[in-house]
Amino acid sequence: MGMTISQKILAKHAGRDFVEAGELINCKVDVVLGNDITSPVAIEEFNKLGVDGVFDRDKVVLVPDHFTPNKDIKSAEQCKLMRNFAKEKGITNYFEIGQMGIEHCLLPEQGLALPGDLIIGADSHTCTYGALGAFATGVGSTDMAAAMATGEAWFRVPESIKFVYYGNLPKWVSGKDLILYTIGDIGVDGARYMSMEFTGEVIDNLSMDNRLTMANMAIEAGGKNGIVAPDDITRQYVEKRAKRPYEFLASDADAKYAEIREYDVSKLEPIVAFPHLPENAKKVSEATHVNIDQVVIGSCTNGRIEDLEIAANILKGKRVHPEIRVIIFPGTQQIYLEAMRKGFIESFIEAGAIVSTPTCGPCLGGHMGILASGEKAVATTNRNFVGRMGHPESEVYLASPAVAAASALKGRITPPWEI
Amino acid sequence: MNLKGKVYKFGADIDTDAIIPARYLNTADPQELAKHCMEDADPNFPSKVKAGDIIVADKNFGCGSSREHAPIAIKAAGISCVVAKSFARIFYRNSINIGLPILECPRGVDAINEGDEIEVDLVKGLVKNLRTGEEYEATPFPEFMQGIMVKGGLINYVKEKI
Repeated sequence: MGMTISQKILAKHAGRDFVEAGELINCKVDVVLGNDITSPVAIEEFNKLGVDGVFDRDKVVLVPDHFTPNKDIKSAEQCKLMRNFAKEKGITNYFEIGQMGIEHCLLPEQGLALPGDLIIGADSHTCTYGALGAFATGVGSTDMAAAMATGEAWFRVPESIKFVYYGNLPKWVSGKDLILYTIGDIGVDGARYMSMEFTGEVIDNLSMDNRLTMANMAIEAGGKNGIVAPDDITRQYVEKRAKRPYEFLASDADAKYAEIREYDVSKLEPIVAFPHLPENAKKVSEATHVNIDQVVIGSCTNGRIEDLEIAANILKGKRVHPEIRVIIFPGTQQIYLEAMRKGFIESFIEAGAIVSTPTCGPCLGGHMGILASGEKAVATTNRNFVGRMGHPESEVYLASPAVAAASALKGRITPPWEI
Repeated sequence: MNLKGKVYKFGADIDTDAIIPARYLNTADPQELAKHCMEDADPNFPSKVKAGDIIVADKNFGCGSSREHAPIAIKAAGISCVVAKSFARIFYRNSINIGLPILECPRGVDAINEGDEIEVDLVKGLVKNLRTGEEYEATPFPEFMQGIMVKGGLINYVKEKI
């Protein structure tokens, strides 16, 4: 019997020829990731293990991105603990302010997440790296601690759902819209414990930035991982970045799937997910009555150069609505620099938006753009739970960069073709 | 091990931001986190919850973030066990890893009301509603996970193997 790409990666890292869905296995991991919220807890647990060093100084990646630049003294203390740990253990991939970025934008960009890898991260959006053909999944701090010590983690081999996207992708419909549509279809637990495999002619032609956006939100359907089989688009992305070998794997023709879902994308519209779950997906044309107070463009979901380019093209030469606060945060320093060189930053500032350094801040209601009670935001982020971006009585509408930028100009949720 | 406690009932898809909002994650101190446990789902929860109480919830409890602060906050608030129709994957894993007792009991949840007294037998995987006398079977844990739970969490389990 054949295997899915997810099974193949897990089997390889377990030293096995074959693994079956439902099996519990122990695997060697290629990368163990943590951030400034999850690492302090992991470090405390790591210290209880009584080992001297981490299993591999090059395979532990620490990125202070959530409450940085440090928003208060407590956050500064957490970052200090993480920085000292990195120094003490000689961890090579610790990214200080100035080099850091939002972790899930940073790791692919730096060539630290590669095709065929098995990656665990103490951050739920670790599933992003599936876009590169890696098996990547979020875990908690204790799993991170154990893996930092042993280089291993246990996994339940997941069943897979195959998603096939076909047809002509309409203008303005992006990877973000495809994944919001998919989550709207299967629900926030529609892929619980399962692998989401994204396939079809639409995915074959989708850029890496858009694939990263799709895999990023697999967790919002409860997925263990999201994955795209590597191809030429993947090769172009990784060959200039990789500093170690990588492997292209693909699902066998007779691989077993729990379910196959096919979507004709030809008649799709940009999607807006209404409060307070990502599954509340509606067409943008059904959302134009919603007046907003803030627009947030960026995050590990949509903070890459193509995302900024779309927003810049819409905002260039125009002014944002006078009552709207527009916050744009590029995912990494490199993306920031590239956006500057291409004139996007100038377009944003001239339009009346602000541009922040890379941080997860506003997305999780940490800092840099918190909502007051009753306020509404359109955000290109990934979650619209109660209180996600601030006050429990505020509201978050999830959308693509195109919809967010158009909405910034009109002050209400706006289809990009209105601009 | 049997746990007996008063029920606090929650709906479906209770996410980790509801369990412990990110605005409190600038500390990992369990007692600090407990002060804000479930705050965005029920603002009075932290003040009314008592040691030994049990959370009973619908499907997909703990969806969202990987923050281990969520099960840590629940445990530190005194909750002895969480019974739900189903759990989100990372929350499930984290709870086992830190030693917060959880049980999947799809049939029992609908028949248990807020304020009921229930008894949970973790070894046999049984949930008993003491108000009605009815008993429900929970989904059993795989042996491997039981092994982690018996040791009191992943760190103790791994420690023996190093």
